[in-house]
Amino acid sequence: MSRQTSRILTAISLIALFVFLRWAEGNLDPYLRRILNLIAINVIWAVTFNLIYGYTGQFSLGHAGFIAIGAYTTALLTLPLAQKEQNFFLTPLIWPLSNIHIPFLPSLILGALLAGIAGILIGIPSLQLRGDYMALVTLGFAEVIRVISMNLQSITNGSLGLKGIPGYTNLLWSWGCAAFTIFIVRMLANSSYGRAFKAIREDEIAAETMGVSIFYHKLMAFAIAALFAGLGGGLFANLISTIDPNVFTYILSYQVVTVVVLGGVGSITGNVLGSAIYVSLFELLRPFDQPMTFGSITIPGRPGLRMVMLSIIFLLVILFYRRGLMGSNEFSWRWLLSKFQPLFERARQEG
Amino acid sequence: MSLDMLLQHLANGISLGGLYALIAVGYTMVYGILRLINFAHGDIFMISAYMAFYGVALFALPWYASFLLTIPLAAILGMAVERVAYRPLRDAPRISALISAIGVSLLFQNFAVVVFGGRPKAFPRPALFALQWNIGRVRVLSLTFFIILISVAILAGVFYLVYRTKTGRAMRAVSWDFGIAGLMGININRTVSLTFAIGSALAAAGSIMWGMKFPQLLPLMGVVPGLKCFIAAVVGGIGSIPGAMLGGFLLGVGEIMIVAFFPELAGYKYAFAYLALILVLLWKPTGLLGKVAEEKA
Repeated sequence: MSRQTSRILTAISLIALFVFLRWAEGNLDPYLRRILNLIAINVIWAVTFNLIYGYTGQFSLGHAGFIAIGAYTTALLTLPLAQKEQNFFLTPLIWPLSNIHIPFLPSLILGALLAGIAGILIGIPSLQLRGDYMALVTLGFAEVIRVISMNLQSITNGSLGLKGIPGYTNLLWSWGCAAFTIFIVRMLANSSYGRAFKAIREDEIAAETMGVSIFYHKLMAFAIAALFAGLGGGLFANLISTIDPNVFTYILSYQVVTVVVLGGVGSITGNVLGSAIYVSLFELLRPFDQPMTFGSITIPGRPGLRMVMLSIIFLLVILFYRRGLMGSNEFSWRWLLSKFQPLFERARQEG
Repeated sequence: MSLDMLLQHLANGISLGGLYALIAVGYTMVYGILRLINFAHGDIFMISAYMAFYGVALFALPWYASFLLTIPLAAILGMAVERVAYRPLRDAPRISALISAIGVSLLFQNFAVVVFGGRPKAFPRPALFALQWNIGRVRVLSLTFFIILISVAILAGVFYLVYRTKTGRAMRAVSWDFGIAGLMGININRTVSLTFAIGSALAAAGSIMWGMKFPQLLPLMGVVPGLKCFIAAVVGGIGSIPGAMLGGFLLGVGEIMIVAFFPELAGYKYAFAYLALILVLLWKPTGLLGKVAEEKA
């Protein structure tokens, strides 16, 4: 199978996806659209985490912080002025922000850029450390960002949060951004930078001996991941339309880790599958939060039961199926067609 | 600030520090042996507090019986966590065990939300610990005094166990070199289990006193003390038991003093522990009392 064929197949499936999203935006009910949007946003987060952990081998628990920066920036820039006045009734919003209202795309870009800058600033100290120390320090920075957003009343409105953020995020925006993120991360992974990332993951000392600048490459992966995590944060804010500091606790970072572990560390295909499964499970398990009736037996549901089940699934995966769904394998047309090969062969023989 | 006020804050700080030290020792012992940040430690702390609460509230035990019963139960819980979630991953990359620890922590928190409910519960405070004592012109709650006394006594016991007994020597040997300790005939699995049991028992003792000091039980109450105490352990030098004690006391006193001297920064109190962590790790990664150790392969 030639490269050309697989490119054509990719193009066709992208167009099909686009057509489906256009159709879905108009025809599916809001609940399903919201789930699809959430899957796309989780894909963005998972792919960025994969860039840091799956490709470069650095375990970061700081995603919630970057997501928060992206979400707050985009939300503050897209909030209508009247809505801002309503939100900030305790402490007024500081001057330049109180008069700014710009379209969605530039707000998203600004949010992502700010998150990327935060990624550089946090990456410089954190990446000096290794393994679990780095995990802890990034977790710490994310929590510091949350504490700051809780206390900076005149910018973030503190624990009151921001309400009435316009719901600009639709399926085309979210899946478009997800596709763009996947494209960039994929390009990066296949470039010389990507090979340097993987060399660092496998053996830092050997990579350094080969002339790979460890710190520069780690920082690059970290900053790019932060940038796209911020992009996802912006989409998230304009999807759920209400944010407050408690949305961005370490639990959000854990969620990203869960998604990536489910799908398989080091595989973008796995990230997409992991996001789809996680978000769908989250919705499918919803009945467990309410009482259920089987015939004459009523099982009392308890709010939060689905979270217990999700964490048990997560633990089982990490204990017994550490590779996740995809391991580090990627989807390819060649692989898909090889599955159909036996069918063709049989047809030819019978024919 | 007057001297009396200063002494008052100091007493508060030392008692908080004693609690931090108890929990931090559990972290540092586990890290010393398995090189694992036991993210579930803070949640064992939380569950112990609930066990002590239900012992009194549901089973109508006298408070001392309930408190004393909680400690072995917590030790069993810690051993079970190690057996189920960490032992199968002992030969896996270190990050896998860390992810597993995150999973256990999530499970405990969600379990607590479902079983104990999200509404805060009021922890009992026996009359013995609610007395007001005047020492000079400083007014101290008897609880503050007892916390300092009990935590110092327990820490002394841990010190004795680790540095003066055969079991303690086995623990130190395993933390020094896993493989060689096994070759020398030390039962590694038993030693690791014992470490988890002791760490969890310390967390339980800490959580009971924490519950009396801050009598509000919530399913997520273990997270912040858990992280802070890990920070205390790192500040003191992870793997070093005296270091964890020192780190705990420093963090407790420092936290109280910062809020006492700069009340306007109270909202950022939580961020200070992290700043301390980041500064210590960047300036002296081995912590205050830690030794420079080769990373275990």
